[in-house]
Amino acid sequence: MSSTDISLNKDVHHAHDEHDHHHDQNFFEKYIFSQDHKVIAKQFLFAGIFWGFVGGFLSIIFRLQLGWPEATFTFLEPILGNWIVNGKLDPEFYLALVTMHGTIMVFFVLTAGLSGTFSNFLIPLQIGARDMASGFMNMLSFWIFFLASVIMFISLFIETGPAGGGWTVYPPLSALPQAISGSAMGMTLWLVSMALFIVSQLLGGVNYITTVINLRTKGMSMTKLPLTIWAFFLTAILGLLSFPVLFSAALLLIFDRSFGTSFYLSDIYIAGEALAHTGGSAILFQHLFWFLGHPEVYIVILPTFGIVSEVIATNSRKPIFGYRAMIGSMLGISLLSFVVWAHHMFVTGMNPFLGSVFMFLTLIIAVPSAVKVFNWLATLWRGNIRFTTAMMFAIAFVSLFISGGLTGIILGNSALDIQLHDTYFVIAHFHLVMGAAAFFGMFCGIYHWFPKMFGRMMDEKLGFVHFWLTFLSAYLVFMPMHYIGIAGFPRRYYSWTGFDAFNTFTDLNSFISIAAIMGFAAQLIFLFNFIYSIFKGRRATANPWHSNTLEWTTPVNPGHGNWPGEIPTVYRWPYDYSKPGAAEDYIPQNVPFSQTQSSNLPYERDLE
Amino acid sequence: MSTSTTLEAPKTGTWDGGNEPLKASYGKLMMWFFLLSDAFTFGALLIVYGLSRHSHLPYTGSPDDFTFSTEWWPIPEKVFNAFPGFHGVDLPLAFVALMTMILILSSVTMVLAVEAGHRMDKNDVQKWLMWTILFGGIFLGCQAWEWAHFISGTDEGMLLADGTRIFGANLTMNQYGPPLFADLFFFITGFHGTHVFSGVVLLVMVFINTVNGVYHKRGHYEMVEKVGLYWHFVDLVWVFVFTFFYLI
Ligand code: HEM
Ligand SMILES: [Cu+2]
Repeated sequence: MSSTDISLNKDVHHAHDEHDHHHDQNFFEKYIFSQDHKVIAKQFLFAGIFWGFVGGFLSIIFRLQLGWPEATFTFLEPILGNWIVNGKLDPEFYLALVTMHGTIMVFFVLTAGLSGTFSNFLIPLQIGARDMASGFMNMLSFWIFFLASVIMFISLFIETGPAGGGWTVYPPLSALPQAISGSAMGMTLWLVSMALFIVSQLLGGVNYITTVINLRTKGMSMTKLPLTIWAFFLTAILGLLSFPVLFSAALLLIFDRSFGTSFYLSDIYIAGEALAHTGGSAILFQHLFWFLGHPEVYIVILPTFGIVSEVIATNSRKPIFGYRAMIGSMLGISLLSFVVWAHHMFVTGMNPFLGSVFMFLTLIIAVPSAVKVFNWLATLWRGNIRFTTAMMFAIAFVSLFISGGLTGIILGNSALDIQLHDTYFVIAHFHLVMGAAAFFGMFCGIYHWFPKMFGRMMDEKLGFVHFWLTFLSAYLVFMPMHYIGIAGFPRRYYSWTGFDAFNTFTDLNSFISIAAIMGFAAQLIFLFNFIYSIFKGRRATANPWHSNTLEWTTPVNPGHGNWPGEIPTVYRWPYDYSKPGAAEDYIPQNVPFSQTQSSNLPYERDLE
Repeated sequence: MSTSTTLEAPKTGTWDGGNEPLKASYGKLMMWFFLLSDAFTFGALLIVYGLSRHSHLPYTGSPDDFTFSTEWWPIPEKVFNAFPGFHGVDLPLAFVALMTMILILSSVTMVLAVEAGHRMDKNDVQKWLMWTILFGGIFLGCQAWEWAHFISGTDEGMLLADGTRIFGANLTMNQYGPPLFADLFFFITGFHGTHVFSGVVLLVMVFINTVNGVYHKRGHYEMVEKVGLYWHFVDLVWVFVFTFFYLI
């Protein structure tokens, strides 16, 4: 016991010395193979933004096809080369585009980019630690993610194209290289890249969890943690328990593809010829995939729950409403997220009774979700709201989460899902509730913590323009999709003009595509603002938002080790905003009750 | 204001921060959480086994008349009944029982190594690590034999409908039953074997460090404990793999 304490302190002092002397770190140690959580967070952020643009760009290409199915795209030939045949997009490339768009957005941007950035940046700063439990493993986590990224990126450029079986890579399509070109080399690279990705997630995850458990500063009990930390903590646990299942599933798929096993394959004919595989089950893969897949959607959204709670409380100048209910609902959601996966499989021929069980469990999730929404609204209610860019993104997050969540309740009914499964209604549902909402949460976090990351402020006017364009286009893109989805418009169809039933939707589809292009263009404003502000932004103060959490007690540009002196001690919860009787409208967590006697509540008198 | 000294003091309960609430260093916690995660990897694989087996017909006749057929899942005692040096003798599950004993024994020696580490007894740590490595190695050797036998097959093989016979098993065909049985056998025991192998590699590294006195200088043998946790986990997983493949 005592011995481990010693080794821990040694690490800390080491980090501290480096900070004091400023010399023995060369460029590589400082910016490339850094073990400082803040640098690693920025690396994840840059990688996430890069992937965000790649993923967005891919979606614009397939939106062009969907919006103007009769048009010729010869002008894209310089970028897409042989994927444009006689001016038309290659149908198999279309499938590859949606696959890669989904994979990139879900895993590389909204999992690695989001958790990687904010868990890394905020956990040590907000719990009062010098760094992550293991800086080395943290660094490894980024560089393995980087390797996964490189492989996934390369797969975009190989001759047979990247993976094309959808982001869910269902076999048998994904298992048979001869089925489509998107199941050839591209699929192999996809699997290798994802296997590495999972390793990176696990390294990051065990680090986040142990850091939160072991490295909280004095006085930082679990019920004094900012909600961000609770959210990151639960996200890491979800990842730790669900990603290994995808890992198993992917390994088995690799064997089916490359070594002739039959885990997922049985009775298949290709071009009239029977394959040797017998005995496997394709549905089995779906079970394994969605056992990860559903928790994964919460891995994406939970961190933004935390970020948004924090930003809404700070900018409403009010304590978060129902702090414990917020923690409770996150715990509830995390637990439930492991027992609802089969709602993605209602139409796979599942026993209808089993379907009702999963339907029941699925609909229960609406309860903790509604608790959260209620609490955010109640926090905003009669608050002293400051409309910073981050705050606007946070409020819009709540709006998007409600809109997308409501359609979830519709889809969760197994009988209704028979009509709606695999239509644009599902696309609309998860893009609002996960895609758009999580992006808004991420933007919210970037605008809010930018001053701590880079010591400068982002431009609020540009942020304002970015916000409104993004917000409008999010609704303009996804609202009409509900409508065409209810009409039965199927997802993942390259060409739909051949169906009389869908021909009437040409205008609507063009409209969606225009809105999507507008939304994508708006992100360039963000990119400009982001890069410009890093170098030329207005200089930030140490605590520009007058916030209570510990990260704002560090210097403007915190060095390696975060606090130059001793780590602050924590006395109170993080939401003492606008406390009656207090001198200011915020009391940071490290202010003891003895210094705030005018505002202490009756039971806090005992703590004086 | 008489208590002016406690005034500034934060709370100091188990979960109040500034300590290790689970009484474990971060390294040990990380190992625990990694193992939890790995348990889910194996859990998924064993569920795949269970479901695959469930979707095949069981053998319903009397065990004495049992023959290998792709129609039904084989009875484990009839598949795993060979023993090195006893060619042609029916010794159901004898060899795998021996393997399991050896692995469990290695867990015992691992416990002794950890215990010696607590006493800071370098020689004992060395000795018990050595035994653990040895047993681990023997287990891997046994598994290699088991695989070799499984791959080369029995003298009779399996009679196919067209009158030919196949012998042994690989990833695409299987004399003992449905191909999936062999696929799962190779994959799951192979995956477990890879874990054992990694464990042995870790043990060797820890052993070398111990011999060089690295941990003695450090003042604690926590690394031995961490590898020990891993080793016990791998043993525990074997008990499950064993139960699935050989007993039910
Ligand atoms: C009230 C809560 C929710 C319910 C009842 C619900 C229900 C469902 C159902 C039943 C489906 C399957 C539709 C189908 O394929 O036919 C679905 C799809 C999906 N949901 Fe939700 N959902 C909820 C919230 C969320 C949240 C919070 C997220 C993410 C943050 C999310 C992300 C997704 C995704 C990504 C898909 C589609 C995956 C795919 O097929 O590619 N959902 N949802
Ligand atoms: Cu789901």
